Amino acid sequence: MKILVCISKTPDTTAKIAFTDNNTKFDTNGVQWIINPYDEWYALVRAIELKEADAATSIHLVTVGGADAEPIIRKALALGGDEAIRVNADSHDSFFIASQIAAIAKDGNYDLVLAGKETIDYNGSSIGGMVAELLDLPFISLATKLDVAGAQATIVREIEGGEETCEAALPLVISCQKGMAEARIPNMRGIMAARTKPLKVVEPVAAESLTSVAGFALPPAKAGVKLVDPENVDELVRLLHEEAKAI
Amino acid sequence: MSVLIFIDQVDGHVKKASLEALTFGADVAAQTGTTAEAVIIGTVNDDLVDLGKYGVKKIHQVSGNGFNQFDSQVYVNAIAQVATATGATVLVFSNNVNGKALAPRLSAKLKAGLVSGAVALPETSNGFIVKKNVFSGKAFANIAVNTAVKIIALSPNAYKTTAIDGKAEVVSFQAEAATPKVKIVSVNKASGEVPLTEAEIVVSAGRGLKGPENWGVVEELAKLLHAATACSRPVADAHWRPHNEHVGQTGIAIAPNLYIAIGISGAIQHLAGVNRSKVIVVINKDPEAPFFKAADYGIVGDAFEVMPKFIAAVKKLKGVA
Ligand SMILES: Cc1cc2nc3c(=O)[nH]c(=O)nc-3n(C[C@H](O)[C@H](O)[C@H](O)COP(=O)(O)OP(=O)(O)OC[C@H]3O[C@@H](n4cnc5c(N)ncnc54)[C@H](O)[C@@H]3O)c2cc1C
Ligand SMILES: Nc1ncnc2c1ncn2[C@@H]1O[C@H](COP(=O)(O)O)[C@@H](O)[C@H]1O
Repeated sequence: MKILVCISKTPDTTAKIAFTDNNTKFDTNGVQWIINPYDEWYALVRAIELKEADAATSIHLVTVGGADAEPIIRKALALGGDEAIRVNADSHDSFFIASQIAAIAKDGNYDLVLAGKETIDYNGSSIGGMVAELLDLPFISLATKLDVAGAQATIVREIEGGEETCEAALPLVISCQKGMAEARIPNMRGIMAARTKPLKVVEPVAAESLTSVAGFALPPAKAGVKLVDPENVDELVRLLHEEAKAI
Repeated sequence: MSVLIFIDQVDGHVKKASLEALTFGADVAAQTGTTAEAVIIGTVNDDLVDLGKYGVKKIHQVSGNGFNQFDSQVYVNAIAQVATATGATVLVFSNNVNGKALAPRLSAKLKAGLVSGAVALPETSNGFIVKKNVFSGKAFANIAVNTAVKIIALSPNAYKTTAIDGKAEVVSFQAEAATPKVKIVSVNKASGEVPLTEAEIVVSAGRGLKGPENWGVVEELAKLLHAATACSRPVADAHWRPHNEHVGQTGIAIAPNLYIAIGISGAIQHLAGVNRSKVIVVINKDPEAPFFKAADYGIVGDAFEVMPKFIAAVKKLKGVA
């Protein structure tokens, strides 16, 4: 089986969010970059588990990003990807990114394309569905479990107010979230091996950008907490009812 | 020309998030001088005509064989047919579970720019710019949509529904059905409970409650307030509570009117999932807990002492014994 895992780079979850250039650019000063948690903990680690269960599986990674995405893709290789492709383009348009991933996926004839549920910076939750449409494949969104037997996959996915189990024949595009796998840490052997694993850089295919970022804004600061005496919880309920009108 | 809103239904009932999408779509239609129409797939028990009170003029109902279960490929095919037939220039979805499966597919199919997680009406004085959540609720981005047809997936709980006088005309739409490639084998739904992403009020607790046996007060308060229950990640990881209650960066992101956090420290990854709540109440015995910085109301105190009093006070307010 051939699996393609989509890897994106995001600021560390504790990064300070600030903007520069008249609020049109994210301030990357001092920001630590990580593999987007959904891509790492769920999509990639589940792919590794599937490979551990069936050695004939190969895992390729794809990232659409500039040279600054390489440490991230190396880390993903250290966790267990076999080889990686970086599409040399910096874009925040989901359709452009999806078009790049779809082109790679078409070329490589993958059985599974795994993406994260969403990136934690732009929160698009769009790439998986777009790639599926571009490849004319079924899209199983928000998957929490994935098993493969032969050419058939069984997936549990989130639905409104619960979950459902479904089956579909490969090839498939799946977006992954919590439940798929447990987080892992790369070991020394993996880190050493990652240095020599192939990382191919390709130029982007021609594709349209449908959207662009016009600017950013920070939410207004909170007025500050109103503390209520623990001996007077009635007062809290009164405030919630009369002042906040929340209950 | 029209604004076309996708009405999401589960088990024959229209979702609250879709009522928000309808109101939003009707307002976009008013703003752009077009009419609001809607599409719904499958059979429904609710009175569709009545949805006119959210401003929608005409509802296209797609039903019949091939449309009895959710399938993103089949649905998107049908929605695209309705969009073409109605000359839709703006399509509106809720950015809920089904919206996240449909809107991106449709965006790629129609080459229509998508803004997911939108929180406000588009700015149309100079182009078409939509404000959305980014950085897990820590900031907003203004996204310019540069295509003739636009798609907006509206963040749940971000837009208030308003009801006016009005009836919708319901017409059946004969869509060509694609063959589903995904087979649903079983469905497992928590029944009777308020779904977390739809709840107006959420009562949530963390490691400060010490163990699963102490969740009685959380459930009791939630029940009194018709609230959903949630928890921090370590609580779900330790299997004190089910995984679908875990909120935060790696769990579910919610935006209720009221979020009550009991014995949760307020780590940045937790806040990322809840900081869009309108009002936040924090109960924590540590006055230095970071959560107080994000809170509107707080009690510095021991949850085991505060919660019984909280419950008694709510009972008094609601007039229950
Ligand atoms: C990449 C990443 C992603 C993460 N994603 C998430 C996520 O999605 N969601 C999430 O929740 N966490 C997430 N975390 C974990 C997060 O960093 C915190 O560790 C976690 O939120 C802490 O949970 P807690 O507040 O329940 O526990 P603790 O941090 O242990 O806090 C317990 C709190 O209870 C208080 N307390 C104790 N006893 C009492 C009492 N009797 N009465 C009142 N208060 C009491 C304490 O003062 C303390 O503030 C993530 C971490 C990482 C690194
Ligand atoms: N630049 C990128 N390169 C490769 N994969 C990406 C990129 N951006 C997003 N993805 C994948 O698509 C998923 C959803 O991203 P998004 O739709 O942007 O929220 C992510 O979790 C990644 O798996």
